[in-house]
Amino acid sequence: MKSLLHIRREWLLLAIIAVIALAVGARAPVFLTLRNGMDIANDSAILAILVMGQMVVLLTRGIDLSVASNLALTGMVCALIGKAFPGVSIVVLIALAVAVGALLGSINGWLITGFNLPPIVVTLGTLSAYRGAIFVASKGAWISDQDIHDSIKGLPREVWLGLPALVWFAIVVLVASSVFLKLRKEGREIYALGGNPHAATYVGIPMQRRLRLVYTLSGALAGLAGLLWVGRYSIAYTELAAGFELTVVAACVIGGVSIGGGVGTVLGAGLGVLFIGVVNGALPVIQVSPFWQQAISGAVILISVAVNARSERRAGRQILERQGAAA
Amino acid sequence: MSEQVLLALSGVHKSYGATRALRGVDLELHAGEVLALVGENGAGKSTLVKMLTGVVPMDEGAITLQGKPQRFANAQASQAAGILAVHQETVMFEELSVAENIFVGRHLMRGPFIDWASMNAQSQTVLENIGARFTATTLVKDLSLAERHLVEIARALSQQALVVILDEPTAALSQAEIRDFYGIVRKLRDQGVGIIFITHKFDEIFAVADRYLVLRDGAAVGSGRIADATEQELVRLMAGREIDQIYPHIDSVPGAEVMAVKNLSHPTEFNNIHFNLRRGEILGFYGLVGAGRSEAMLAIMGLNPQASGDITVMGQKLNATRPGDAIAAGIAYVPEERQRQGGILSFSVQDNISLAGLSRFANGPWLSALKESELCKRMTERLRIKTASPHTLLSGLSGGNQQKVVIAKWLGLDPKIVILDEPTKGIDVGAKQAVYHLIADMVKEGLSVILVSSELPEVMNLAHRVIVMRHGLQVAEFAREGVHAETIVAAASGLDGSGEHAHAAAPSIATPHLAGAAA
Repeated sequence: MKSLLHIRREWLLLAIIAVIALAVGARAPVFLTLRNGMDIANDSAILAILVMGQMVVLLTRGIDLSVASNLALTGMVCALIGKAFPGVSIVVLIALAVAVGALLGSINGWLITGFNLPPIVVTLGTLSAYRGAIFVASKGAWISDQDIHDSIKGLPREVWLGLPALVWFAIVVLVASSVFLKLRKEGREIYALGGNPHAATYVGIPMQRRLRLVYTLSGALAGLAGLLWVGRYSIAYTELAAGFELTVVAACVIGGVSIGGGVGTVLGAGLGVLFIGVVNGALPVIQVSPFWQQAISGAVILISVAVNARSERRAGRQILERQGAAA
Repeated sequence: MSEQVLLALSGVHKSYGATRALRGVDLELHAGEVLALVGENGAGKSTLVKMLTGVVPMDEGAITLQGKPQRFANAQASQAAGILAVHQETVMFEELSVAENIFVGRHLMRGPFIDWASMNAQSQTVLENIGARFTATTLVKDLSLAERHLVEIARALSQQALVVILDEPTAALSQAEIRDFYGIVRKLRDQGVGIIFITHKFDEIFAVADRYLVLRDGAAVGSGRIADATEQELVRLMAGREIDQIYPHIDSVPGAEVMAVKNLSHPTEFNNIHFNLRRGEILGFYGLVGAGRSEAMLAIMGLNPQASGDITVMGQKLNATRPGDAIAAGIAYVPEERQRQGGILSFSVQDNISLAGLSRFANGPWLSALKESELCKRMTERLRIKTASPHTLLSGLSGGNQQKVVIAKWLGLDPKIVILDEPTKGIDVGAKQAVYHLIADMVKEGLSVILVSSELPEVMNLAHRVIVMRHGLQVAEFAREGVHAETIVAAASGLDGSGEHAHAAAPSIATPHLAGAAA
């Protein structure tokens, strides 16, 4: 019965997205064109990849604030390697991005499990540290369009079977996440240990290993996102994607992933991404000033979080027999 | 009973820092028997369970299972060997399905992926075997407490455990559900499983156990066949002293009315609760777990914003919107879940005691440490709280002593009315006796006590009057003189068949269970 409620919430989110899209479309028909839809999908793809990583971390009652710094650092490393070795293939670069990101993520995992530190503290620390490392690696210089490796730049512009490559990457990550969380033992154990860490030790779930796994996964996806980001915007610099981790967490929360752990679905988080994509795409179309756009996005996030919290609280107990239920 | 030794512990030692939790415990468990493990809180029962389940390692000693020496490095190793525990507080994953809770940590796989179909099917079979009336795909958060216990038992059954440890499994169950539970325990025993049964309730020991082992201060102090033992003997072994009178004699005569509650209602939780309370009176609130008693008490304290009703305290109308209002009116509420609502585990004993009335220790803008420690000392002595020092953290105390600290905190406010919500839940007989005497002292001093309890002997022996609640309704009221255990239980479970509130056809869990047990 409750799972029905859960599904209903995701439908509700979908309905809200549809209403926003239609309302904006009524004022500016250009918003409802296939082209604009593709743009929004393309813009949302990188966010979707990051959100999957963040979600598995949130499921364990943790948080990974270092994703944007990880993204930027990995992006910079890829850009530098691409510049130094013009002959490197895109497959190698993708593998490199995932590996560097995973390494940076696993550092979070080791610090959290090894010293028993709160994830928010550790990832705030690595947020600064990784950002600083970009400056060290690039000596503060920008790597601009002409120095970005052609295959890095080319990847986001590929179109396969009518869909942009970025969207394909996002789809693969979403499907893999679904399979991991629903059909793999590790995925189920992540839900379990986030839902009740105390009980998890009693049933023999290897907590430390699972925690290291989720931060490594989040890091690996951030690394992949870094390569795609650098390719899409054809630039790498120290402040790349600064502050983007908050958008990532917001998309998760809007999609019904609980900060308290143990609750969240790929579908919900995906809709959270779509919601942010649609709102961010809609505001310029209806000519809201850029200064207001941020404030409005923030307000929307707060409202949806508050609504989520309320609906969770309302699911209270029923002791009195309902009228008619007793008959 | 088979004579084959299934599980043997010999010379088991365990220390936590300077505290020696277990000192040389020997234990023998045969296949197909129920061994009652009894002892006061802090006697070492939990530590023993944690060692057997691989949650903590032992310092010294040997565990032999079916003749093979074992050393459990972690929980998985112990489970794999066939030892399974059903814990006091259900160890469940609320957001996951019943099937997944049964198989968590050892999911059934088909190739690299989880085999949901087999997991659901196997769980369903086990659930049907034990008479559960929910499906394997239900989410655990939608189950009642009693149903959750069935899930834990299903977990034990599905693993074909050799040894099942039941750690106060009935603490949250109603009378009727407990009797069903006994049936399941006997069924397990007849299948040749060795069962270690930990409980504070003597009627349970005598109802299901074959042998007993008494722990005191980390050592085994006695064992034998239940058939040859008496309750007195066990109590003496547990306490190391005679506890002849568990219930004190309550001779106070209720005086003037101090509180009147009229038409206290809530949209979904309770309806038309009405009672009055007199000076020096103990008013019992009896009912099954989840009958809405605590919810009504929280409403009196201003913690249930959707509730409405007329509450008069000492002739003054009380409309509490936050606990501070009720406290100012002279009401203290000692909540049920001492760890979640009552005490702060990471605070010292003294800080916990003085917490509720910090403003009373003020010297100007500063807190007076002297006044605080004086109150702490007074309370520690009065309630006989066992603590190394006032600065020991609450988490370092045993359950019974934690409960005393929580009560002390509220008594420090000098309230006129004290609401005790399940004050003896999960505490041992010695601590229970201390709490009962404390209640007797309180009414002797002119306080009024509302005693919310699911333990029938407790309300019958202590309360002047008993109000029975069921499904959020006040269904009966008895004076102490007119009280019979059967009538109270019947009213609480809806079997009295009389009165406008009796829902004979109500889809309650309790009804079929009790009917089954009576047959």
